[in-house]
Amino acid sequence: MKKLIFVLAALIAVNVSALAVEPDEILDDPALEERAREVSKDVRCVVCQNQSIDDSNSGIAKKMRILVRERIKEGDSNQQVIDYLVSRYGDFVLLKPPVKTKTLFLWFGPALMVVLGLIGIIFYYRRRSKETGETTGAAPLSPKEKARLEALLKEEGSN
Amino acid sequence: MKSRLFFFIPLILFGVLILYFAVGLTKDPSKLDTDVLLNQPMGDFKLVPVQGRSEGLTIDDVKGQVSLVNFFGSWCVACLQEHPFFLQLKENNVIPLYGVDWDEKKPNDVVRWLARHGDPYTKIGVDVTGETIIDWGITGAPETFVVDKEGIIRYKHIGPITERSWRETLWPLIVELRKQ
Repeated sequence: MKKLIFVLAALIAVNVSALAVEPDEILDDPALEERAREVSKDVRCVVCQNQSIDDSNSGIAKKMRILVRERIKEGDSNQQVIDYLVSRYGDFVLLKPPVKTKTLFLWFGPALMVVLGLIGIIFYYRRRSKETGETTGAAPLSPKEKARLEALLKEEGSN
Repeated sequence: MKSRLFFFIPLILFGVLILYFAVGLTKDPSKLDTDVLLNQPMGDFKLVPVQGRSEGLTIDDVKGQVSLVNFFGSWCVACLQEHPFFLQLKENNVIPLYGVDWDEKKPNDVVRWLARHGDPYTKIGVDVTGETIIDWGITGAPETFVVDKEGIIRYKHIGPITERSWRETLWPLIVELRKQ
């Protein structure tokens, strides 16, 4: 029984990892197929938008998977295949936006925010330590304040 | 005074960010980078004919005059919206309209579709492999391109062509391109 569950689980896991690629699409050469899978994982399915063509079972995704394989078989490098698709669909077809002037803020904005935040914190603490250094502690209590403090403490003790 | 200004920097940055997002929200995410193919020559293609016909569609058919290239399919519901308009174009001999039929389940589907709704196309080619639709950066149907005499893509229209988009954008462009 345990064995059966294990086998079933393994089968499901395998199916999930190769959800959309259909048997008739797979290339005979495993090395080329591996490259095709690699390229497909970075290419956006243009109708489902947040899936790669490797994951999507839409018609266009299938056509694109086949095209990727055709081109790899014909001797294109992974980059050449990607470049071709970008020349047809724009950067949108890449799931990971490329680093260029238009996307610099996208890529480095968060890091920039962290740096700015750190600078802010450093300035804040430096100024505060300077201020506390100048005033050398709090001002002494006035006689009136002392009397009130004692009264409060006594009240606390009697409870 | 200087330190007060410093205090406002995060607020200013926040404002800039909000502005950035506000502009982003006005953009339609379904409208993609439609301009990558603009002013580029068409890629080579040679498409097979519709079942039962003898002539398909090649790049040489489209070149030579200002023309429209329309990507459609019998499965495409929105295509029927522009269909009557296309029939009018043909009737009045306004401009050559070439059709690229794609993603058909059965080769016969498009034959029946054309028989039922009429055939507004000058010529039709069927893209069986999907090679041509990817080469034209197609994401759905209908999509219509304006191609000039030299075979350079000048405009891409996503979705059905309406009277308004024809009057305001497509027709003025065609007139302009014909002068060249």
